[in-house]
Amino acid sequence: MGASVDTNTSYLLKLFVAGDSSRTGLAVANLRHICEDEFPGCYELVIIDVLRHPGIAEENKILAAPTLIKERPLPVRRIIGDLSDKEKVLTGIGLLPPQR
Amino acid sequence: MFTHVPNYPQIEKIETGIIGFDLISSGGLPKGRTTLVSGTAGSAKTLFAVQFLAEGIQRSGDAGIFVTFEEEPADIRRNVKSLGWDIEAWEAEGKWLFVDASPDPVQDQVESGRYDLGALLARIEYAVAKIGATRLSMDSLGAIFAQFRDAAIVRSELFRIAYVLRQLKVTSIMTSERTQEYGEIGRFGVEEFVADNVLILRNVLEDEKRRRTMEILKYRGTSHQKGEFPFTIVSGRGILAIPLSAMELNQKSSIVRISSGNDDLDRMCGGGFFRDSIILASGATGTGKTLITTEFLKGGAKHGERCLLFAFEESREQLFRNAEGWGIDFEAMETAGLLKVVCAYPESASLEDHLIEMKDIIEHYKPNRIAVDSLSAMERVATPKGFREFVISLTSFIKHQEVAGLFTSTTPTLMGGTSVTETHISTLTDSIILLRYVETNGSMRRGLTVLKMRGSIHDKDILEFNIDGTGMHLGEPFHHITGILAGNPRDVSFG
Repeated sequence: MGASVDTNTSYLLKLFVAGDSSRTGLAVANLRHICEDEFPGCYELVIIDVLRHPGIAEENKILAAPTLIKERPLPVRRIIGDLSDKEKVLTGIGLLPPQR
Repeated sequence: MFTHVPNYPQIEKIETGIIGFDLISSGGLPKGRTTLVSGTAGSAKTLFAVQFLAEGIQRSGDAGIFVTFEEEPADIRRNVKSLGWDIEAWEAEGKWLFVDASPDPVQDQVESGRYDLGALLARIEYAVAKIGATRLSMDSLGAIFAQFRDAAIVRSELFRIAYVLRQLKVTSIMTSERTQEYGEIGRFGVEEFVADNVLILRNVLEDEKRRRTMEILKYRGTSHQKGEFPFTIVSGRGILAIPLSAMELNQKSSIVRISSGNDDLDRMCGGGFFRDSIILASGATGTGKTLITTEFLKGGAKHGERCLLFAFEESREQLFRNAEGWGIDFEAMETAGLLKVVCAYPESASLEDHLIEMKDIIEHYKPNRIAVDSLSAMERVATPKGFREFVISLTSFIKHQEVAGLFTSTTPTLMGGTSVTETHISTLTDSIILLRYVETNGSMRRGLTVLKMRGSIHDKDILEFNIDGTGMHLGEPFHHITGILAGNPRDVSFG
């Protein structure tokens, strides 16, 4: 997959966070910025609080908070952290080729 | 025994149900605390973690959580089936719950920015609340450290998990791998700070023999037995520790005499052996040890006592034929339910396994007297240290049953000499009988002496004896001959 963005692709992103912490706030803000910058209008973002929904965290085998799962398009990818390193997020999602 | 008891607040313990471990740890794991179980690959850490939960369920219905960082739940379920543990059934009953934190083999994980393991903690808390768990195992720390780049984060999160578990009053185990049997406690050098207590499992190769031991290295604020204790893994039961110094020396001493099965020998011993004594018969090959054993069994059966023989040198057929040659009918004794003969090759199992099996048989058969012919055959399959522990453990076990035990020991040299067995056991035995070859004037004769007879007077002569179709017959003392016990007999009749 190249660096170009296919605007027809619809992204499904799930962000697992633990409670209403400053780290949660930072991760949500970072992710929104990235989405708006890279694929405006063609993404769906679901935020799941593992403290309220530990069962969903169990099903998805989440350990770290925050954890971002890109479910669509395939392949499924996982990124952990507050998403402050945009380049790594894009690499993780598969929008940038892995760094040499 | 006086033990210095430090002035700690009393820490409650819960019995794990792992036989032997509860003794070593003076009552089990500290309640509500986290204990680190560290060991090299193959040291049975995962088994310990599984068994801790399994015993809780089976013994007291305690629900348990298994947090796996390494193997997938399906693998764990399958692996412990052979030990007789049906995890699936317990899951269905709501007694067992997995928190699956095993790594995804396909998905790679990218790290971007700061994170913690809050989701894992939330899952653990959720699982504990869901089934009301009081026990929890985490297996293993190395695998969770491997999933994240930042070891400092993992470490501080493990602290947090241990803290929360304590608040929830959950007693827990964390396993961790080490690279060497003796050295730092864990691979990351931090594990021991996460847990209050540290248990080390070892699987040491010593003189080509595998030896498993467990040692409590640290038990903060509570007492425990010190040092390494051998353990073994038995199918259907799991880990069995064999604590020997943990055993109490509180056996009573009986003054009731029992017959050795040989009237002459009874006379020499001042009227027979004591009912709950351990007797060692030592001598070179062919000096009559098996005969003494056989007569000892006959003497028991004659008085309606149940006799048990562990034979490590000869087959059943040989033993029965030998007995017949001395006019003793083993078959009739067996039919009457007064004799049980257990034959085994020492090489067929490890010493720890032999010990467990022997204890099992003794507990089930409930004999009045026990003979082991020969104990020294076991030297072949053990290290000197392992053998010593075996002898001490078997001896104290038999003494606890308050029955008579006769052990034989083969000396390595034909004339005189002592064996390793003798060295290890002599202080534990109540009586020692020595059988010796005596060479005089070109002929080989045989002599017997009672070297020690605790709590009784006994004949101190070295008597010559003969063996015929009715057994052993003691004769006259070897006058004029000295140096028999040293294996260097000299005729001194002419001064």
